Amino acid sequence: MSTVQFVLDGQAIEAQDGQTILKAAEAAGVYIPHLCAFKDLIPHGSCRVCSVRVNGRIQAACVQTVTAGAVVESETPEILEFRRNIIDMLFAEGNHFCMFCEKSGNCELQALAYRFGITSPRYDYLNPDRDIDMSHPDVYLDRNRCILCGRCVRVSQEVDHKTIFQFVGRGHEKRLQVNGTCLADTELSATDEAVAACPVGALMPKRVGYAIPVGQRAFDAAPIGADVDARKGGAA
Amino acid sequence: MALATASGVEDICRKLGNDRTRLMDIIIGVQRRYGCVTHDSMEVIARAVGTERVEVESAVTFYSFLSVKPQGRVVIRLCNDLTDWMKGYDAVADAMAKELGVTMGETTADGAITLASTPCIGMSDQAPAALVNDVVVTHLTPERGREMIRDLRRHLDPPQLVTMVGDGNNAHPLVHAMVRNNIRRRGPVHFRDFESGKALTNALALGPEAVIKQITDARLRGRGGAGFPAGVKWASARATAAPRRWMICNADEGEPGTFKDRVLLTECPHQMIEGMTIAGYAVGCEQGIVYLRGEYRYLLAFLEHILQERRDQGLLGRDILGRKGFNFDIRIQLGAGAYICGEETALISSCEGLRGDPKNRPPFPSQSGYLGDPTVVNNVETFCATSRIMLEGAAWFAAMGSGRTTGTKVLSIAGDCRKPGVYEVPFGITPRELLEAAEADNPGAMLIGGPCRQMIGPDRFGGRICYDDLATGGSIIIFNRARNQLEIAERYLDFFIDESCGHCTPCRVGLVLLKKAVHKVVSGAGEPVDLDAMRALSHFISQTSRCGLGQAASNPVLGALENFTALYEGLVAERKPGLLSTFDLSSAVVDAELRVGRQSRYV
Repeated sequence: MSTVQFVLDGQAIEAQDGQTILKAAEAAGVYIPHLCAFKDLIPHGSCRVCSVRVNGRIQAACVQTVTAGAVVESETPEILEFRRNIIDMLFAEGNHFCMFCEKSGNCELQALAYRFGITSPRYDYLNPDRDIDMSHPDVYLDRNRCILCGRCVRVSQEVDHKTIFQFVGRGHEKRLQVNGTCLADTELSATDEAVAACPVGALMPKRVGYAIPVGQRAFDAAPIGADVDARKGGAA
Repeated sequence: MALATASGVEDICRKLGNDRTRLMDIIIGVQRRYGCVTHDSMEVIARAVGTERVEVESAVTFYSFLSVKPQGRVVIRLCNDLTDWMKGYDAVADAMAKELGVTMGETTADGAITLASTPCIGMSDQAPAALVNDVVVTHLTPERGREMIRDLRRHLDPPQLVTMVGDGNNAHPLVHAMVRNNIRRRGPVHFRDFESGKALTNALALGPEAVIKQITDARLRGRGGAGFPAGVKWASARATAAPRRWMICNADEGEPGTFKDRVLLTECPHQMIEGMTIAGYAVGCEQGIVYLRGEYRYLLAFLEHILQERRDQGLLGRDILGRKGFNFDIRIQLGAGAYICGEETALISSCEGLRGDPKNRPPFPSQSGYLGDPTVVNNVETFCATSRIMLEGAAWFAAMGSGRTTGTKVLSIAGDCRKPGVYEVPFGITPRELLEAAEADNPGAMLIGGPCRQMIGPDRFGGRICYDDLATGGSIIIFNRARNQLEIAERYLDFFIDESCGHCTPCRVGLVLLKKAVHKVVSGAGEPVDLDAMRALSHFISQTSRCGLGQAASNPVLGALENFTALYEGLVAERKPGLLSTFDLSSAVVDAELRVGRQSRYV
């Protein structure tokens, strides 16, 4: 496959032709924060956390493919502010209580908030009325914590080859729905990749809450993205 | 209304070939027959077309004309667009609700009549208006609203409400609508003689590449609003190697205040379909789709008839005009109440039987659009102009207009004026000339291009309507000096909140937060810093949203802040120190006040 060169925050980066900016940056050891993007799933472009400025226009790095000579800005004050804003909005939109959430310490939304130094809410909470589905023997779905990133929808279809989840409604009434009267009525199994793919505490295996001691959780020692940052340090 | 049966629903699916991509027509069919699409019906549909129930639900819950819960046999959708509100929507809605004994959104106890509201139905020139099932009623007053309900209670047959038909093809038996065309000014491109087949004959004589060159030389830009050069789009789709390509006509004009495509569809259907056929020939398509907004369903039978007429005349179908191998035919896809489907990739999603979410770009539709094939989407007016260019030539067309914007534009003018209606004018005309032509009444502001574009004050009435200055897809709304600009901005914000698809965070959440910020200021609780916060939030939403809706949705607020700064500034004041400036203490303690049963004195 042919390669192309582009510039990311002043640094020349070699990328595969057709690769997304997010993947190319990650391969080069540059972390671009993201939430809805996940492994090799078809890009969703919904959370907009990975917004970058490409030749002057804001684009989602998870969707936009690299073009030769493109000038991409990522860590500018303006864009960092945009990203922070999005994370703030996701907190305001749902009902997120980190202090007693089982996902705490392993939650990507929380980890991004820490990475961006968010310590208090910027926006009024919308306090939506959302429900919890405890019907399944091994997995529960807490819509209060759902950020509508669509990872479960896509992993279930693209990796597990099932249709368990889909979005219904539109606008601010959009929500996650399951293919049955409730989660127990679907083909979901606790070992489905879709469960593990949830970045927040919306889709959780039962009976393993708080199993990992504080100090050993995913983001206790280093902030989210540190693994990518470290690669760059190693390469330099 | 009859309860849905599995065999009845299966029957609807079978008639559409149990085809997953025709899901829109299936769920619209079930809705019309049974008044709702229940979870049981979704199961039946999913089995028939080979998908899952939740996928069907995803589509059904997206469109506002479809419902999971039963609706009345007659559904009254009162248009709550701003122009209707200016002409007395509140009083009409109130009178109708009282007469029915329900509140907005409810159905009468006997299940007969549902009263609902809906955004712009394309009748701003004859507001207040409503859709009663498919029937359009115009110029409503409280008294006419009450009368209408008394009539409906008697016969439950909306077509009987049409006692007088409008002009032109509105009187055609297949249209039979009380809608009036209100063509106020005819121009050289659209509302004049058109002989079917001549433009197409000229195109065939030129050959596909030369047709694209003519369109490029005419510098024809998309008339829907975005103004993308049509020739570039066509050339790109033609150059993409593929076994199949598609030509789609966007007849989903939903921008509040626009209705000119309604009049073009009514009076120039041959010119439009011929333009589509020419485009299909140039790009190398064998199939076309007209995406007709659900609000214009009253034109469906008429347009189907025109298509059949053209097939009979050898102007559509196989070996068109005797040219061996030139095959092109068109189907009509109905929408079901979603503004976002006017965005071309959302429109394509809807044609595919999906919820109307816009798609990620790249790839662009001209490379990979409908069902993954190269697809061109152009507006009704663009196709009408295509036909005329084939008759009169590129140079003739390019000689009209202003600077880089050639040709004429059909405008829909409504609001505070004596002559609302459709005006075909050369590009470059000034807002002031339009105010004179429409006999505006004490104008204080004009919304050029609908809420997704810009509100201008008198200082810009001397500007130019063209892509380099004041761009518009056709909507022009006039506001007199007495209108409350802040309330207007707030109402349009509500519209965008309701119509957001909800895919991306900035649009889905940001608009709701912006609305709270605007409301705080309008209600008098704001501080100067809140105005800066509104600007920052608006800028953020417009920069980071995925599609044109989110990118434009904060324009009404930004426009009001820019043009009517003094209005907002007059509402804010510095408060006592000690409180976080963006914190609204009085609303924060409402719950507590209710619980203790008394009001705080100092907030």
